[in-house]
Amino acid sequence: MATSAPDTVADGKAHGLQALSETVAADTEALADDRAEAVNAKHNRPLYESPPKIHPKQAKGRFRRIKWIVLFVTLGIYYLAPWVRWPRGEGIPDQAILVDFSDRKFYFFFIEIWPQEFYYITGLLILAALGLFLVTSVFGRVWCGYTCPQTVWTDLFVQIERWIEGDRNKRIRLDQARWTLAKLAKRTAKHGLWLLVAVSTGGAWVFYFNDAPQLLGDLFAGTAPTPAYVSMGVLTATTYLLGGHAREQVCTYMCPWPRIQGAMFDENTLLVSYRWDRGEPRGRHKKGDSWEGRGDCIDCNQCVAVCPVGIDIRDGAQMECIQCALCIDACNDVMAKVGRPPNLIAYETINAPERRAQGDYSGIRLLRPRTLLYSALIAVVAGIMVAGLSTRATTDVNVLRDRNPVFVRLADGGIRNGYELKVLNKLHQDRTFEISVAGLPGVRLFNPVTREEGTVALTVPADSVGSVKLYVSLPKGHVTDGTLEDGSAAVDFVIRHDATDTRVVETMPFRGPN
Amino acid sequence: MSTRETDEPTGKETTGHEWDGIKELDTPLPAWWLYTFYACIALSMVFFVLWPSWPIPTADGWTYTKGIVGYSQRQRVEQLTAEARADLEQEMEAMRDLSLAEIRTDKALMPIALKAGEAAFGDNCAGCHGSGAQGFEGFPNLNDDAWIWGGSLEAIHQTIENGIRWDDNPDTRYNVMPSFLSDGILTREQVGQVVQYVRRISDQEHDAAKAEQGAAIYDQQCGFCHGAQGKGMTDLGAPNLTDAIWLYGGDVASLTETVSYSRYGVMPAWEDRLDPLTIKQLAVYVHALGGGEPVATADAGSATTPATDDGGSASGETRGGL
Repeated sequence: MATSAPDTVADGKAHGLQALSETVAADTEALADDRAEAVNAKHNRPLYESPPKIHPKQAKGRFRRIKWIVLFVTLGIYYLAPWVRWPRGEGIPDQAILVDFSDRKFYFFFIEIWPQEFYYITGLLILAALGLFLVTSVFGRVWCGYTCPQTVWTDLFVQIERWIEGDRNKRIRLDQARWTLAKLAKRTAKHGLWLLVAVSTGGAWVFYFNDAPQLLGDLFAGTAPTPAYVSMGVLTATTYLLGGHAREQVCTYMCPWPRIQGAMFDENTLLVSYRWDRGEPRGRHKKGDSWEGRGDCIDCNQCVAVCPVGIDIRDGAQMECIQCALCIDACNDVMAKVGRPPNLIAYETINAPERRAQGDYSGIRLLRPRTLLYSALIAVVAGIMVAGLSTRATTDVNVLRDRNPVFVRLADGGIRNGYELKVLNKLHQDRTFEISVAGLPGVRLFNPVTREEGTVALTVPADSVGSVKLYVSLPKGHVTDGTLEDGSAAVDFVIRHDATDTRVVETMPFRGPN
Repeated sequence: MSTRETDEPTGKETTGHEWDGIKELDTPLPAWWLYTFYACIALSMVFFVLWPSWPIPTADGWTYTKGIVGYSQRQRVEQLTAEARADLEQEMEAMRDLSLAEIRTDKALMPIALKAGEAAFGDNCAGCHGSGAQGFEGFPNLNDDAWIWGGSLEAIHQTIENGIRWDDNPDTRYNVMPSFLSDGILTREQVGQVVQYVRRISDQEHDAAKAEQGAAIYDQQCGFCHGAQGKGMTDLGAPNLTDAIWLYGGDVASLTETVSYSRYGVMPAWEDRLDPLTIKQLAVYVHALGGGEPVATADAGSATTPATDDGGSASGETRGGL
């Protein structure tokens, strides 16, 4: 097109057109380039990708044994704890661990917590978080690798899969095999067992919120409360999906912890690591070959085969790694067979290879600023909680002062204030408290409903809250004699129950005219 | 322009965008993410079908798809309100037949009566007497222990029922204080003397000489209603002039105004507006505000009555000391 420009155009313009024609020619050449690729073509932009299926191989060794023990202990606690009894007395639930929503109490063996005392739970959660920080900064992700419910249940689900379908290679073959009756039978058995585990997991959960033996009967009779069935259904579904199907996807994509943990690691943290300085250069090794000039890694890929998250530990620390240490077991097995020392993969600090290179074989440093800080914080929080629990009052009094009106002038010129008293009786017995006032000259207590004067009785049933409306009045003589400074003074409510040696004093403001 | 390139360490493509040297990997989402998204959309469809969802404009205004479950929050509220009413129906019926004193000493009914009275007070009485029944100038404070027309349960009940100076009610409480100055009964000077006397008997600062002169005028003009001692007479609705409570103020200016031109406060008769049960509950509530005069019967011995459960509330909280 540029070449068709008339010759009569000015020189400058002709020059420009020539330049343009050259560009176009170059472009045409580029378009003809068979190496050019439509980088944004549909097949080049997969927005979604099914994660590859992982078939972890059975590992054998010390860490696998530890994991089995942890699995039995944690699952045992989870399934059996609601059945432990702890007699507390007539009319009070005797379940050792019970979250009683209907009566708004939380029972944990000898501890009983009311909604007002929820800060104990907060303290417990803070302790758990700090404990996790401390353990992570010393041993890495041991929580993820051994005790996290996701890990424990996934382990159980994989083991069931292994029992029915065989180990790694058999499972891979079964996945690829055509559908036959045998495959159908295996799959049915596997999913059936998975669902059984899932149902009992959801079932165990609801026992923490109701009397377990009673609820078990109700569940089968179909008379349990609807929330119990809904909770069971939801937990059954999540256990089956997360333990059977989602597995490592939960750790990699759903859980925030792997992303946070990096902040807890430092160069002295023990992590499951491949000792590359000893293993490299890796390569196949035939019996009788020399070990001179090569590393100990024989590239057998056993560490990869047992990995439940499908990574290669030899690539270094990775976010996906839950530090279950099964690759250590797998590698030690192989090292023993080829006659090399164990622990080519081992719990090791990040700075270990560097220190080895410098001939430093000292142990790990446990006392570091962050471990000391976490330990100190744990000690402080635990101390506060123990102090709080051991001095927990069996009687709690809340007094609310009337604000509308702030005070009432009486016919005799005296001043009256209104208060609402709430007395929390945390003992497992009915108590009749004696309420009186003190601290102001000539002060008088009056219950406008019962018309009691001086001392008011308030009966509070066991384990509940009683409230009473009370009036306190100050005679005329003391309204103007300076008792009320700037229209305000303090009055003490004394709540007593002598039989249980209870005496609570609650000081409240008393207001009058300025 | 964005240039997509391959990231060395991961072997994955970048999105081609760069921010201050930071490039983003174009990692595909896991497929289950997509399925979860689809499942949420499917679930929302279920919601649309089951519950009210889409607004629909019509000629008469807006309506909406009702959903096959037929749920309506408005109906639910009405249902719950009706249930709550039905729950209390028995107690309310019982209260209808009981006397005021019987309600006041009934440990199960009294908390309900107080709550109902409080609600009715807020709706009907708070406009004049204040939300805390604290009153305003000309509108009595119902918390105190001074009662113009009587502070017994029955007296309070009658006042609420028939009102004060309410012309439409034949049984209304009625009195008129003369306007001593404008009616020509007293001179301005005499009014001033009576005012000083009233301040003397109410134990306030006063001019002793004037008060002495006012005493004679008081005996002549005021004592008939307010009593020789100035203690007032609730039967006549004549306030006690010796106490610390003043409906219109106890200062010289207010007292002078009252004596000279009188006052004429009005309260509606509520028997035409409220049902008898509500009036009973109001009487009990106002009586319990703190100033109610003692009930002659059944009060003795209630001091040690045990607390009772207030209708089995789930909180385990009880209202005691009744």
